[in-house]
Amino acid sequence: MAVQAEIARAFAPATAESHRRLSPAEMWGLAMLVPYVVLFLAFVVYPIGYGLWLARHPQTYVELVHDPIFLRTVINTIVFLVVAINLKMIVALLLSGFFLQQRWWIRILSLVFILPWALPSIPTILSIRFMLNPEWGIINTTIFRLTFEDGPNWLNDPRLALSLAMATHIWKALPFWTLILLAGRLAIPHDLYEAASIDGASSAQRFRYVTWPSMSTLYLTCTVLSTIWTLGDFNSVYLLTGGGPADLTHVLATLGIRYLRLDQIDLYMAAVVCALPVMIPLVYFMMKRLSK
Amino acid sequence: MKLPTLRGVANEAKLLLIGIPVLLWTLLPIYHMVLFAISPKEGALSGRLWPREPTLHNFEVVFRQQHYYLAHFWRQLWNSFFISAMTGILTLVVATLAAFSISRLRVRGGRLVMNFALLTYFIPAAFLAVPMYRTMSIYGLLNSQWSLIFAMLTLAAPYAIWVLKQASDKLPYELDEAAVIDGASTLQVLWFVYLPLMGPSLVAIGTYAVILAWNEYLYAFLLLSADTTIPLSVALGNFLAADDSPWELLMTTGLIYALPPAAIYYVFRRYMVAGLTAGAVKA
Repeated sequence: MAVQAEIARAFAPATAESHRRLSPAEMWGLAMLVPYVVLFLAFVVYPIGYGLWLARHPQTYVELVHDPIFLRTVINTIVFLVVAINLKMIVALLLSGFFLQQRWWIRILSLVFILPWALPSIPTILSIRFMLNPEWGIINTTIFRLTFEDGPNWLNDPRLALSLAMATHIWKALPFWTLILLAGRLAIPHDLYEAASIDGASSAQRFRYVTWPSMSTLYLTCTVLSTIWTLGDFNSVYLLTGGGPADLTHVLATLGIRYLRLDQIDLYMAAVVCALPVMIPLVYFMMKRLSK
Repeated sequence: MKLPTLRGVANEAKLLLIGIPVLLWTLLPIYHMVLFAISPKEGALSGRLWPREPTLHNFEVVFRQQHYYLAHFWRQLWNSFFISAMTGILTLVVATLAAFSISRLRVRGGRLVMNFALLTYFIPAAFLAVPMYRTMSIYGLLNSQWSLIFAMLTLAAPYAIWVLKQASDKLPYELDEAAVIDGASTLQVLWFVYLPLMGPSLVAIGTYAVILAWNEYLYAFLLLSADTTIPLSVALGNFLAADDSPWELLMTTGLIYALPPAAIYYVFRRYMVAGLTAGAVKA
């Protein structure tokens, strides 16, 4: 602390004086913030202000609620968040235990495993889309060769299509969360496990009494962060289903494109405003966590 | 050599029982893409696991721009390079200056700026895309690559500032102090003391911004539309415009497009993992 105070003095001598005149260090400090502040004002504050201004009429919300696609989108988004995030995080938690094992082939597998995260979404998701093509996709041709029956029309059934979009999301995001949770597991002191072994704990008990208590905060943080990011996952849905069939698989992230095409941006901004009550607590939680 | 015990074998089998499905699940879509890229036009649909006559013909078609959808391939590849390189450079400049000011100079209002940046980081990018599109059109930047570069800079900077600030806070203040006592100006402290110590974090942040911009689809396809200005990501999406798209060419182009970020990721993995885990794990 003493050192920091000294430095503060060295950089900004005499508070009384600085009321009149800024020290060179302070001048530089402010000047160095200018690029980001300008960027923030021009490309964050202005668009958000503009968006909120578009969503100011109560009539817009009435229109929005009367749009059946909006209601469908809300349900889709909730299902997507609840199912995809929990499934993803639970599998990531289990797999992080698997990747903890010291084997040469598991080390190689972990390098391959990260590929879905390292590769860009577009080609891989389009590849999944082609696999699911009802006529010539590899999945249905395989089903036909094995059973001599036509496979389902995967992306033409809204429920199936949304489930596949969730699977695509999990495919893409699972490696990242597994890696994060693996880092969390590696940070647990090893002697805790040794003590548990000496006490004769089974592997389930070791997880229950050693791993989970050390990981629960991290797991919660990851789940909240993942919720925020999943809300913004445009690619998994749009590139796979395009929101179709008949706009029945939209989520909030892709709805903007629909309203943009219909030239009803104010409706989309109203939809985003409707999502704020969910967003704000999550963002508040993350802000508390990260701003120290 | 010790003989494996029954229990040991059972344990290995259990691990394999997890490992093999994980491998298949991970590789299936990627292998499918590679399979299309090396198959002749008709052969790709035969349902075989390995094409009868693997060929690099598709790559030749792509590189020679011999298809309607690929008429501007090289131009679009360059656009992707240009946009991500610019995003990387600008993110480094903006974020380094801000982090240095907030963390080392402790300028008044720095905390506030940091909190606003963090808040931006937690806005889902897709929600901001539509108002950003309208904003860019008001600024008259639509269809200029700078609109995408600025949009990507806006999305990359908050996380960059946060990571750099965290790393800066860990550097001992005695260093700055000693430099100041030796008569160094603020800029000299930044250049000769601060930057050399921040190397690994700067690599992580630069890589993060470059990959973010290279991979972006939504903003790119909203902000740019001319065939000669769009990056490769949008060009790939445009293949879907028609039902009779040449899949094998789409997958070939997609594979080429996917290679640079994958290569960057594996080369800078150490830095990336450190940066990312610092970002998400800190709890």
